[in-house]
Amino acid sequence: MNYDILITGLIIIAQILAVVVPVLISVAFLVYAERKVLALIQLRRGPNIVGPFGILQSFADALKLITKENIIPSGSNKIVFILAPIITMVLSLAGWAVIPFAPGWVVSDINVGIMYLFAVSSLGVYGIIMAGWASNSQYPFLGALRSAAQMVSYEVSIGFVIITVLLCVGSLNLSKIVLAQQTVWFAIPLLPMFIIFFISALAETNRLPFDLPEDESTLVAGFFTEYSSASFVLFFLGEYASMILMSSMTVILFLGGWLPPFDVYPLNVIPGVIWFTVKVIFILFLFIWVRGTFPRYRYDQLMRLGWKVFLPFSLFWVVATSGFLVYFDMLPN
Amino acid sequence: MVLYSLTFYLFSSVAVLSALMVISAKNPVHSVLFLILSFVNASGLFVLLGAEFLAMILVVVYVGAVAVLFLFVVMMLDINFVKLREGFLQYLPFGALLGIVLVIELGILFLTDRSSNIYNNQTPLQPIVNEVENTKMIGQILYTEYFYLFQICGIILLVAMIGSITLTLRDKGGVKRQNIDSQNTVDASTAIEKKKVKIGEGI
Repeated sequence: MNYDILITGLIIIAQILAVVVPVLISVAFLVYAERKVLALIQLRRGPNIVGPFGILQSFADALKLITKENIIPSGSNKIVFILAPIITMVLSLAGWAVIPFAPGWVVSDINVGIMYLFAVSSLGVYGIIMAGWASNSQYPFLGALRSAAQMVSYEVSIGFVIITVLLCVGSLNLSKIVLAQQTVWFAIPLLPMFIIFFISALAETNRLPFDLPEDESTLVAGFFTEYSSASFVLFFLGEYASMILMSSMTVILFLGGWLPPFDVYPLNVIPGVIWFTVKVIFILFLFIWVRGTFPRYRYDQLMRLGWKVFLPFSLFWVVATSGFLVYFDMLPN
Repeated sequence: MVLYSLTFYLFSSVAVLSALMVISAKNPVHSVLFLILSFVNASGLFVLLGAEFLAMILVVVYVGAVAVLFLFVVMMLDINFVKLREGFLQYLPFGALLGIVLVIELGILFLTDRSSNIYNNQTPLQPIVNEVENTKMIGQILYTEYFYLFQICGIILLVAMIGSITLTLRDKGGVKRQNIDSQNTVDASTAIEKKKVKIGEGI
């Protein structure tokens, strides 16, 4: 009987590794891809020395950072200072537990999958606040305060967007959300919500044009100014892993997850996990494209966009969608 | 079964210990962080009960929003906790009284109320797995049986919201606000004015 527990435990650990290791490797290639795409936008060549086409650049960078000395400022609050990057990293990986990559390819197929993702992404702010406070330094503290206000503001509109999708699905299970898009992807009937969700995802992951918490032209490096070596790597990995997580969330909510665009012969032979990956890469490309194109928002403009534009609009859209569904008797059971 | 009880004891002991640390930690920020740990463990206990929707709502609302604002305030205000602690002995009898009343109430609940239908059947040690998701069950009972209470809750929240806005809203003069519409409608004919300036005179 005890062996059963052991075997179940080993299977769970194997499943976790099967998700986490590819995510970490894809983070490395995402960093490389970002540098290459930004270089192409700016008519440069980008990393091209380490490995063929510079493809091993991120591994070299990670190795370099880890071998450096880890400096903990003497004025810092040491335990919280060390905990902050670990929390960021763990939270950005925890969300992957419920992501369905293909039919049945999910570590934990829970009923409240989308709520779990929302909860995990709303916890992401703690890593940043703790880092900013524990550093005991002005720039990180300012970055942390900006981040706290920003992430709380944009979570509200993300919540409304999720409610709109849930109204059309009738379940909080991520696999059911994907299966509900067999006739049409939600990006088409809910296009404005898709755009709001994408922009809020940019703000939630602290990406340009909303990267006020690490605004390098005014705050040195924002909340991780005092971090070096391995703890900096953890922040970096966490940021990019949560970027991929938010892209997967966008794909599941709006772009039909693992479903092919049309259920016809040459398209539906391709395995679902490849469709999923292709869509996630497309959203990630949008993230990088936005970074290469738009200037940084000013802080009051950021708050205005979140509270005065997105919040009323998404609230209106929730009411409109539910009204539409009730009037035409299309509510799912 | 063993795994289930192990996780239960893990979550509950961490929850109780971190709740103790909330009131005993010297640094107020550490207190809030322990409060968050306690919330997260409470939501773990909800998951073990099979109430996964409540668990997630607890994390989203309390940890993701309320505690962030707590932390925000505690970090911004430099509270002098040594000064706050001076009144510790003065409030001790009152706090102890509250604690004792709570313990007695819990004791009464557990010792005498065994006959009520909640405790009639032995408390299940396994998560309650239902055909209907508990999100749906909460919705079905909240919007039918408790509809009026639900609406009253909404009105109370609305009143509280309006109250806090009126308390904090101050319209100071001299604040420059950006009006994006008026900025966007500016063109050369409205923004530039041509004037002839005579030599030796200003405008």
